[in-house]
Amino acid sequence: MEYFLQQLINGLTLGAIYGLIAIGYTMVYGIIGMINFAHGEIYMIGAFVSVISFLVLGAAGITWVPLAVAVVLVVSMLFTAVYGWTIERIAYRPLRGSTRLAPLISAIGMSIFLQNYVQLVQGARVKALPPVISDVIVIMVREDGFKVSISYLQILIILLTFALMVGFTQIILRTSLGRAQRACEQDMKMASLLGVDVDKTISQTFVMGAALAGVAGVMVTMYYGVIDFYIGFLAGIKAFTAAVLGGIGSLPGAMLGGLTIGMIEAFWSAYFSVEYKDVAAFAILVLVLIFRPTGLLGRPEIEKV
Amino acid sequence: MTGDPTRPLLMVEHLTQRFGGLVAVSDVSFSARDREITAIIGPNGAGKTTVFNCLTGFYPPTSGRLTVSHCGRSWLLERMEAHRIAGAARVARTFQNVRLFGGMSVLENLIVAQHNKLMKASFFTLAGLFGLPSFRRAEVEAVDKARYWLNRVGLVGVADWQAGNLPYGAQRRLEIARAMCTEPRLLCLDEPAAGLNPRESADLSELLRFIRDQHQIGVLLIEHDMSVVMQISDHVVVLDYGRKISEGPPEQVRLDPAVIAAYLGEEGDG
Repeated sequence: MEYFLQQLINGLTLGAIYGLIAIGYTMVYGIIGMINFAHGEIYMIGAFVSVISFLVLGAAGITWVPLAVAVVLVVSMLFTAVYGWTIERIAYRPLRGSTRLAPLISAIGMSIFLQNYVQLVQGARVKALPPVISDVIVIMVREDGFKVSISYLQILIILLTFALMVGFTQIILRTSLGRAQRACEQDMKMASLLGVDVDKTISQTFVMGAALAGVAGVMVTMYYGVIDFYIGFLAGIKAFTAAVLGGIGSLPGAMLGGLTIGMIEAFWSAYFSVEYKDVAAFAILVLVLIFRPTGLLGRPEIEKV
Repeated sequence: MTGDPTRPLLMVEHLTQRFGGLVAVSDVSFSARDREITAIIGPNGAGKTTVFNCLTGFYPPTSGRLTVSHCGRSWLLERMEAHRIAGAARVARTFQNVRLFGGMSVLENLIVAQHNKLMKASFFTLAGLFGLPSFRRAEVEAVDKARYWLNRVGLVGVADWQAGNLPYGAQRRLEIARAMCTEPRLLCLDEPAAGLNPRESADLSELLRFIRDQHQIGVLLIEHDMSVVMQISDHVVVLDYGRKISEGPPEQVRLDPAVIAAYLGEEGDG
């Protein structure tokens, strides 16, 4: 029971990170029907920016943790947002209106380019960051001394994810930007005929998704403490899986999918074997695609009149 | 607010549109005035919708010039992006096969149409996110305008419905209301009476007259329903096989032998 609880906490944390990345996939897919395979790399860049900013802040003598974390979050979001905007501008926008496959290939190319670019400028070696927040709260202790604990960092990750989720849902549902995004999602041409600047709306979607991936990058850096130029690949694929699992195009679906994948990984690692945790996660994906192709919360494709 | 008195609201000059070897519209010129309903009629495949598509930036015309003039300024539509045609030149349109945002509520459909105004008021979403007063005020105004048009087209009771679930006639009316929410100077309607029963077409005629007289804008209308065309239009342009074969007031056009031969001939004059 205690062991289960501990894994639940770990799974929740991991799932929150996957969910944040998955939102980027799902929003972009929703609006232009394309899988942005470079999104995992955005997250990786977010992680690198966070390491660099933590080091810079440390050198500048800013060691008050809440301030440092806040600054790093903002800086990473800004950087990843700029990357997201640029990628859309140079790799996807010129291909809009061509075949569906073209931007997909371009996205894979962008992903490989970004990986190699970071490898070149930052080196291939693993970067490590000493724990920034290391306090834990012990929730309960088993007779044999096994402690169930939740760290401040885990609390931060879960709360921040929850807050961002709520904020983004509000943007989508209540602001005119969100309405424009939903309109573009349904009928881009019609939206432009009503005066909505479709290109700008798509750019803003990329920027929003990339900023969330940046937050995920900061979280993972603080959570694991080690990053390299390759982390975007697996995390990207997992988050993509999460988005498909939850129903691609659906915002709560992305979060639910992320949490599910995180839980599966945590529990599989705990009760079976760590080596096969990815197999478990992707096997679930296969099962979902076979039995529920629209995902957990996905709507069936609406026929256009 | 009236347009430049010397220039008509819309001037189409020598418009030609080719698709490969097919000439859909060939050297068509006509104009539409402010506060008038101009009808474009013609048999199927005459190129009417193609004219609309050129006007609203679906494709740039092969050749020709499309000028919209109001408030002392002119815009060349063939060089503008679709969202600027709506936002700056203030041309709005509806479609033959209704294109609503089916997954959004009726009210939201009308508020999306006021996107640009709201974006400005919300400092590009920031103010909207934090619910600042300036954005709230703009939202209230947007909702008021939407309610005004819902009232006008008789859809107030279903404001919260998903637009896709409305009956067909109501969807048509909602599409016109949405176009009007963009505050156009020229409203282009592609067969608004298609699929409506006689009662609904009579209401539609009433609505179009109201738009022309009370909102003082120009209406460009593609229509097959001759009773609607003859009742409400001030000016009629007849196309056949991509060419303009006649133009003038409705009484004159319906007696034009070329028109009777091409179009009205088979059915009598409606």
